[in-house]
Amino acid sequence: MPNLRWFYYWLVLTLLSSAPLTFAQDGKLIGTAGLVQLEGSGGGGLVPWATLSGYDSRDQMSVSAVVTNVDVDDYRLNVLGISASFYDRLELSVAQQRFDLKDAGVSIKQNIYGAKYRLYGDVVYSHWPQISFGLQHKQLTDQAIASAVGAVKTASGTDFYLAATKVHLGAVGGYNALWNVTARATKANEMGLLGYGGLENNSYQVMLEVSAGILLSRYVAIGIEYRQKPDNLGLGEDDWRDIFVSYMPNKAFSVTLAWANLGKIAGADGQDGLYLSLSGQLW
Amino acid sequence: MARMACTFHSVDNFGDKMKPQLLTLLALIFMSLVACSNTSNDSLYRQLGGQVKVEQVVDNFIREIEFDVAIFAYFKDSDVERFHEKLVEHLCQLTGGPCEYSGDTMEQVHGGMNISEADFNRGVDLFINAMTKADIPHPQQNKVLAILAKTRKDILYL
Repeated sequence: MPNLRWFYYWLVLTLLSSAPLTFAQDGKLIGTAGLVQLEGSGGGGLVPWATLSGYDSRDQMSVSAVVTNVDVDDYRLNVLGISASFYDRLELSVAQQRFDLKDAGVSIKQNIYGAKYRLYGDVVYSHWPQISFGLQHKQLTDQAIASAVGAVKTASGTDFYLAATKVHLGAVGGYNALWNVTARATKANEMGLLGYGGLENNSYQVMLEVSAGILLSRYVAIGIEYRQKPDNLGLGEDDWRDIFVSYMPNKAFSVTLAWANLGKIAGADGQDGLYLSLSGQLW
Repeated sequence: MARMACTFHSVDNFGDKMKPQLLTLLALIFMSLVACSNTSNDSLYRQLGGQVKVEQVVDNFIREIEFDVAIFAYFKDSDVERFHEKLVEHLCQLTGGPCEYSGDTMEQVHGGMNISEADFNRGVDLFINAMTKADIPHPQQNKVLAILAKTRKDILYL
């Protein structure tokens, strides 16, 4: 759907150019803007959170960029993404994933257009968690493998999610604690890299994704994540999990290192490996 | 014992799935939380180091403000000595110290200033700097912030 893509770029540019020149660095407490996840949305690493991707407050906007590499036994995933957050209300993101099948020397490219709208709250200050609704529209550029493994749809698919995130100040022995719960309606196989829907199931299913973390200081956070996934293709697609440490020396930059356990992917068991992500707020 | 229970309780804020069989345990933890809320504020004032530390934090905060163009703008007509005195009182009271805040309400103080969210958060950053320069340990800083966070709604956009 090229028209949708151009509409999307037009929307981002229009919003960017109409925004007042108050770009954000001060809008939030350091470490509470979150990171950018695998599909380019503000989040943790595997899971999209209710947080938007930058440090903007309700009078500001921000633009962030991310590069992520996940290197497991038989596969490697590269993600490049850019996202803009407007008035701590709306986030628009574009990401490109390149998934390498190491042995075959083949790669699959997928583009993801994301939008997220904050419905309620402030992750730190409101009594109830911050709640956001988001979608990720995915377009698969290389469809041959999706089609070979039996995906019903190979061109594109859209995930919808509702996320709740909360930081509790000083909650665990004086350390700030963070949790996130996301419910995602999806038909995607392995995030969409293997298409959408399959012989086992071809309808939307709601998957649960959770994260929990502790901020050890203003600059270091550690945590765990879990992402439930459907097995539409009947290939034993596994849920994903990781354990991460993030270092945020300032509000403009963060680096996250994680150990990702991705289980069985396209028939290959025990896919474990390092996840490394660098993200920066451009303004 | 009470403090141990406090710490333990907070773990359940952090978890997101509760199993039914843990209900009894959670009830016990909840009861210990009620006990905690009577003691923890008092101990926070003492944990911080009492009056000396509170005054040091306020001194540092005023210095941070003086060197910050955006935030200083809100204070240019303020009586610094009064601000110092009232903030010390307020912090002492909020952290459970033996003081009574005698100043105006937060709405009265900040009314008409129309403080933006960004400036509020910048103020919080300055306050964190003030605590750090007073050698307040990270966990105690967070406990102070958790208490002060409740006043935010009486400060923003008035």
